[in-house]
Amino acid sequence: MNATGKVDLSVRIGGLTLRNPVMPASGTFAEGLEKVMDFNRLGAFVTKTITRELRAGNPLPRVVERPGGLINAIGIPSKGVPYFIEHTMPHYAAYDTPLVVSISAPTAEGFASLAAELSIPGIAAIEANISCPNIEEDGKAFAMRPESTEKVTRELRKATKLPLWVKLTPNTGDVPEVARAAEAAGADAVVVANTILSMAIDLKSFKPCLGNIMGGLSGPAIKPIVLRQVFQCAKAVKIPVIGCGGISTADDAVEYMLAGASAVQVGTATFLQPAAMTTIIDGLEAFCLRREIPRVAELIRGVVIEEADEPDLAWLDPVS
Amino acid sequence: MSIQHDQSQAARSGAAIAGAVCSSAPWKASVVAELAEVVRNEAVNAEYRHLVVNCSEAAAAAQPGQFFQLLCPQPAGEQPFLRRPMSLYGADPEKRQVEFLYKVTGAGTRGLDTLQPGDRLDIMGPLGVGFTLDPDWRHIVAVGRGAGLATLAPLARAAKANGTQVTAIFSARRPELLVSVELFHRHGADVIAVTDAEQTSGPANVERILRRQIAEGRCDAFFTCGSSRLMRVQQRLAREFGLPGQVAMEQQMACGIGLCYCCVRDFNVNGEIVNRRVCWDGPVFDLMEALP
Repeated sequence: MNATGKVDLSVRIGGLTLRNPVMPASGTFAEGLEKVMDFNRLGAFVTKTITRELRAGNPLPRVVERPGGLINAIGIPSKGVPYFIEHTMPHYAAYDTPLVVSISAPTAEGFASLAAELSIPGIAAIEANISCPNIEEDGKAFAMRPESTEKVTRELRKATKLPLWVKLTPNTGDVPEVARAAEAAGADAVVVANTILSMAIDLKSFKPCLGNIMGGLSGPAIKPIVLRQVFQCAKAVKIPVIGCGGISTADDAVEYMLAGASAVQVGTATFLQPAAMTTIIDGLEAFCLRREIPRVAELIRGVVIEEADEPDLAWLDPVS
Repeated sequence: MSIQHDQSQAARSGAAIAGAVCSSAPWKASVVAELAEVVRNEAVNAEYRHLVVNCSEAAAAAQPGQFFQLLCPQPAGEQPFLRRPMSLYGADPEKRQVEFLYKVTGAGTRGLDTLQPGDRLDIMGPLGVGFTLDPDWRHIVAVGRGAGLATLAPLARAAKANGTQVTAIFSARRPELLVSVELFHRHGADVIAVTDAEQTSGPANVERILRRQIAEGRCDAFFTCGSSRLMRVQQRLAREFGLPGQVAMEQQMACGIGLCYCCVRDFNVNGEIVNRRVCWDGPVFDLMEALP
């Protein structure tokens, strides 16, 4: 506890100090949430992913629920860069909260030019959503392989001096190796992870439930999977890992931080409880007070693993 | 008159920015999720159930056409994950109650079906842009079918308070499935029921009824919900006679507060096709901009 008896909730993420480790996951946050929570309480803002081109998004239906989660194929509708600078940015300028802009592009060069164009006052960091299809690699997502991750991150690094967060996909066999590639190419942090590729079929029509056939699963259903990936990535890299996957409560956030996350992103939980992020911030403080932890940052990588308890991954999963 | 949703949207955002800049004023939530207490949950006919809950002052201030996101209890063997959007059926600021009318169709409504008086239900709202009544309108027409009748219901009371007469044209498969009729009668509205069973619900007959209303000077504006076919009839008449109109639209939703872009629909805005979020830009839209 500091002199005022308060817990220090601040964390450092790749060149930025956040007042607390809680921020929205890209795509689950918009100006409308200011009716629900005080934006000055958030650790950071993370925008919906913006692209250079105007994008309409996917055909409907765009979401389907399953027990413990939500499958979405929204398709990144985007109004482009000028709209973002003219209309979206001024909105967030009224708050004392760092603005992280999520970007996406179909090529490494496209990512770089977008990052350069958005390296302007008012933007605190760039989050590169490299889980999108890379048209130079048959539509395979950049973050599926270390090589394409390294290439796009290197181009991004050359294009911007802003803190660079690279958002990885959970849909690849070796996420820690991809995280290492991002770190080697100059990323300041990695966000682990994105939604898990999935599918649902309607038993009346025999048709896929989503207009896009497949989509990304999010929500409590994916938490244990992504938590494991955060744990592995935090062991693989020295840069901060930002955890993102099924976090709905302060306990979930603590678990992620113990696994190695320096901060957490909250997405689907906001759809169920719109004030989820501020509830989690309050809960983190209460947790630290209860456990007499003066600085929330002390939780990061705090999982206790005895040497004899090393997991036998080879036995769990033959491919790793 | 046409409703400028984009303007109202900008006005809402502007107010919020002003609030944020003025940092000395403590921030206050205008949308909250709360645990409401179930007062009544009973069948009103073979299909629909009437749910009444005690709630906060803010929730009870809901306006006609707005909606709530309900976190439905889990029925046996099912796990509805998302909230369910439910249009407002009635709001009583004095009693601090809101009412909903629902048909049991899926996991969420099967969950609602289990609620007993005294149970708690997590409601979030009021949400979205509702109906607008121009003080100059002397007589409006409300045209609804199916669940749309529930959405139009709060208009009866609001129109009466506005000094506006209402003719309600209500459509259903069978007469016994009509809802809201008593409620509209209670507020002094004329109700014309049309049904499939009596073969009176076809668009041609509804158009005949509407033309008579217009000819008698009893239609300053159209209000509609629940039928694309009937919406098209009203759009045609609105264009022919230069009348305004509003339509409450439905779409599958996830967040209900404009974040996820799952509930978008196409709108024709001066010849240009524009994508709008039903939960945030609506659910009530200008009749002439709506596409079926």
